[in-house]
Amino acid sequence: MGVLGRACLILALGVALYGIAASVYGARARRREWVASGRRAVYALAFLVTVAFVVLEVAFLRSDFSFEVVASHSSTTTPTFYKVTAVWSSQEGSLLLWILLLSLSSSLVLFLTRHRLREVAPWATATLLGFGAFFALLLVAFAPPFGQTATPPLEGAGLNPLLRHPSMMIHPPMLYSGYTLFAVPFAFCVGALIARRLDAEWIRSTRRFTLAAWLFLGVGVLLGARWSYSELGWGGYWAWDPVENASLMPWLTGTAFLHSVMIQERRGMLKVWNASLILATGILAVLGTFLVRSGILDSIHAFGASTLGVPFVAFIGVLIAGSVALVISRRVELRSEHRLDSLLSRESIFLINNLVLVGLCFVIFWGTFFPLIAEALTGKKASVGPPWFDRYTVPLALALVLLSGVGPVVAWRRATLASLRRTLLWPAAAAAVVLVVLVPLGAGDRPLALAMFALAAFVVSVVGQELWRGVRARMAMSEDPVPLALVALVRRNRRRYGGYLVHVGIAILFVGVAASSAFRHARDVRMSPGQTAKVGGYDLRYVKPTAELANEKISLGAVVDVRKDGERVTTLRPTRGFYPSRDVEQFGPIGRYFEGEATSEVGLRAGPTRDLWTAIQPDIQPLMPIIAEGNRRFAQSSGDVQGLVIAAIAARYERRPPPATFRIIVSPLVTWIWVGALIAVGGALIAIWPVGAGARRRATAGYAARVAREIGSARSGPGRPEPARRARARA
Amino acid sequence: MLEFVLVLAVLGAAVWLVTGPLRQAGIPRAQARELRSATQVEELEAQREAKYREIRDAELDYRVGKLSEEDWRAQDRALRAEAVEILRRLDAARERVGEGEPEA
Repeated sequence: MGVLGRACLILALGVALYGIAASVYGARARRREWVASGRRAVYALAFLVTVAFVVLEVAFLRSDFSFEVVASHSSTTTPTFYKVTAVWSSQEGSLLLWILLLSLSSSLVLFLTRHRLREVAPWATATLLGFGAFFALLLVAFAPPFGQTATPPLEGAGLNPLLRHPSMMIHPPMLYSGYTLFAVPFAFCVGALIARRLDAEWIRSTRRFTLAAWLFLGVGVLLGARWSYSELGWGGYWAWDPVENASLMPWLTGTAFLHSVMIQERRGMLKVWNASLILATGILAVLGTFLVRSGILDSIHAFGASTLGVPFVAFIGVLIAGSVALVISRRVELRSEHRLDSLLSRESIFLINNLVLVGLCFVIFWGTFFPLIAEALTGKKASVGPPWFDRYTVPLALALVLLSGVGPVVAWRRATLASLRRTLLWPAAAAAVVLVVLVPLGAGDRPLALAMFALAAFVVSVVGQELWRGVRARMAMSEDPVPLALVALVRRNRRRYGGYLVHVGIAILFVGVAASSAFRHARDVRMSPGQTAKVGGYDLRYVKPTAELANEKISLGAVVDVRKDGERVTTLRPTRGFYPSRDVEQFGPIGRYFEGEATSEVGLRAGPTRDLWTAIQPDIQPLMPIIAEGNRRFAQSSGDVQGLVIAAIAARYERRPPPATFRIIVSPLVTWIWVGALIAVGGALIAIWPVGAGARRRATAGYAARVAREIGSARSGPGRPEPARRARARA
Repeated sequence: MLEFVLVLAVLGAAVWLVTGPLRQAGIPRAQARELRSATQVEELEAQREAKYREIRDAELDYRVGKLSEEDWRAQDRALRAEAVEILRRLDAARERVGEGEPEA
């Protein structure tokens, strides 16, 4: 089926190029049939790429090692779930996933807007197809996924052991969904700039796609953090690794865009800023893919140096040059329709929030690219570590949390100091109470963490107060009980209250980050069975070793008993899994089982107040003489006999275990990082959820009637809002 | 052989899909104008909904104490005037399409 897959990709490239030409011709000549044909080229692209993707998936599921990519990324013993997901563990498969997700999201948005944005949509179609053509070209010319092996091996190399983790396999589709969904507002912005239709219509039409992009990218980033925490064996969830940074940068600029775009929707302001932000976000999304896929970084994510660097750099260059040229050439049309009414307004807060977010992005960008620039200039590889990032990002994160609390209480257009004082009183009191309670508990030693706790309390109470006041106002109008009033309030203002919930989630997430960074206890300790280590007030006793032979790996581990003040807390079972190397020549038939890739399965007891985390590094040096003997004596033996020898060596490890090195971490409130993330996801889903057609019609009719009434009475201004019951009684 | 047939089938499907609009007769000018006006109506309806959302938001801000009554009155008056202007343009666009006012 390789021919079918290859043919589909070549056709996809042809269809994308045709679609660009048809859309541009249709837009310039005002020929609707050509525009429609260009749009259908996107659907055809989705169809062709889906067929190619299915062909590759089937090859992985059937372990068809005549495909090079299957032979090098899967094996007959790979579990089915990982066979399905191994497709995107390869360079070629991940690029195929990129274009698949791009073509699907592009098809969806173009179908939904087929009767709208008539002047903008053809240019957006051409832009989306430009992305599609670039990735199709990569797959046809630089990283073909359907390459065939001359003589198919009997067994494949298997999936990289580090990637055998559920969250790691869902992580790439999430990231790529975010990247490709950000291509949608990017393309419509380009279309709006070219067509000079710079009102907020393109923003409204693509708002849900932007939110979905933000959501998927955020979930992808968090899944990566979760994988790092539970699989990499170093005990952290964020290392400022360039690949992590690459996915965070477009998320930050996307967050800024989601806020500032509201100002353009309402007031026709910040058009240059919004266009620049979404163009930068789209380019950063491609840059993220470039960093991972070009082999430019020395990171686990950037496995496999590739030939993709030059095409990616050329494409990013075109995107940057085109974006800058478009914004500059449309500077007259991009002029703001209004000016800021007051410095004390939500618009101003959003502006400051934008500056902080873009500042964060710039810091991360510089920290990520500085080593590459330094290496290019000096020939020496420089590195920028977490302390450098923390120095700049921690104050900016504090400012961001503060603004996420202040923003919701400030009115649009103009707020007064009196109303601000009134609305900020209780939240400020809540923050002060947190300070007063935590300082005597010792949190004063870590002022930045303490500030984060106080600010998070401020944000949570702001949102709580907002909800309560909204519910009260709703109850006054409808006489609904509290739960119904709350549901009705949120349903009628999904964007507002969904956004507030995201703020709460992010504040809680930052509490987890601050606590687990500032108050964690970590220790590396070498222990033999029976020995005990004390970390963060807990006693961890190495009870006994464990050894287990699984289908693909040998797991050597430990049973660790955890006690506090003599009371048993839990039992942890960290293991280290050794996957076989394929290099029999170098390591021998027995030794190869101990010399391949190794991964950690951490022993974790997570809880609402603290996580107990352990990883083990077994010392297999004492086993080497036995392994060497096994290599000599059983080189010609059958696989079954060699399996027995390996089992015997594992049993020997269990009987006479050498000391093992443990990393033990007691980290407070880590769970709240994941809880905060889930809350933020919930908020985003509320904001993104479409308003039912019925509800929209009712709201429209209701307001149309009100506005119609105001045509007669506008000169005298609106009346004071009254509870509905009084209005009804008067009627 | 089967694979070759499949490639031809996929090619045929893609060509059929993409050339569909070109195989139809061209859209008459009058119809194109009507389509353009219909698009304008949709865009104005979207603007109207956005304006209504602003009015609702301002009212909610007032009710939860973020806006003083004076500021809310001024904002509300301005927003309603903008909404009225959008409604006028919407009526004009609807007349061009020959569509009646759907809402009383």
